[in-house]
Amino acid sequence: MNLLGSVVEHYVAIASVIFTLGAVGFLIRRNSLVQLMCVELMLNAVNLALVAFNRQHQDNMNGQMFAFFIIAVAAAEAAVGLAIVLAFYRLRSSVFSDEADKLKH
Amino acid sequence: MNIGNVFFALCALVALFGAVSTVAAKNPIRGAVGLLACIIAIAGMFLQLSAEFLAAIQLIVYAGAVVVLFVFVIMLLGPDARSSGVSELKSLRAHWWRVLGGALLALLSLAVGGFAAMAGTEPVPFAKAAPNHGHLEAVGQLLFTKGLVPFELATALLIVAVIGSIAVARGKFGAVEGKKVQTPLKLFGGPVVPRDAGRPLPKEGLS
Repeated sequence: MNLLGSVVEHYVAIASVIFTLGAVGFLIRRNSLVQLMCVELMLNAVNLALVAFNRQHQDNMNGQMFAFFIIAVAAAEAAVGLAIVLAFYRLRSSVFSDEADKLKH
Repeated sequence: MNIGNVFFALCALVALFGAVSTVAAKNPIRGAVGLLACIIAIAGMFLQLSAEFLAAIQLIVYAGAVVVLFVFVIMLLGPDARSSGVSELKSLRAHWWRVLGGALLALLSLAVGGFAAMAGTEPVPFAKAAPNHGHLEAVGQLLFTKGLVPFELATALLIVAVIGSIAVARGKFGAVEGKKVQTPLKLFGGPVVPRDAGRPLPKEGLS
């Protein structure tokens, strides 16, 4: 039995659980703010897996570079997503994604 | 049992607890706090993986900017941001296939993750980290040599995202008319004394 946190498998297990929680939350919740938070959870889980694998294969640091770019893209995504939530709230006075059915009718 | 061991267990527990409370929170402000806990715990795991630069970036960008942005929006929306338990539950009952899909996805990804975690027969512990692994200097050198083009593209992406989010969030309805600014010339050229009020103003340039 290895010590906790000294093998890559522990980190991959944690990352997969967090990613699953984020994906399931994105699917079953209807509050678009919570859905955006779930997207952030998924991106964080991917970052954790990238950094853990990079710790194991440490001849270069490409994994950490990718994680850096993922953080930048996540920040941009949060800004644009929250702006869309605000615009949608101004339109329908609601943040629930069930209300976004203007294209349907 | 050493201190890193306990630290990893603590980080893992806090991350899982934060993720669960993010997904399950009825009040989004609690969800934001859960997201914050998860992010800080992941930054702690980055520290243990000797990625100090990324841990700092994680704290600055995620905990300092993204979560604060979420909290700002939640505060802006006020009580309308809350999900009432009844409506979410009703929507869950109406779309039971959504729950089924979520459960299937959970099973699938947990199976993939578990398989990935158990794939090697004997897990190999991490080798000793290189002295500059994850340091600011090494990551920065990599960013500005190998990753120069994506780095510049990321700056362009951030600029476009900021401008786009301003354009989307400002909208047409909430815009306030700009206040008319009184220029000093008008202030002094107008009828100052009440008896001048009826007389036409002198043309500018003709004195």
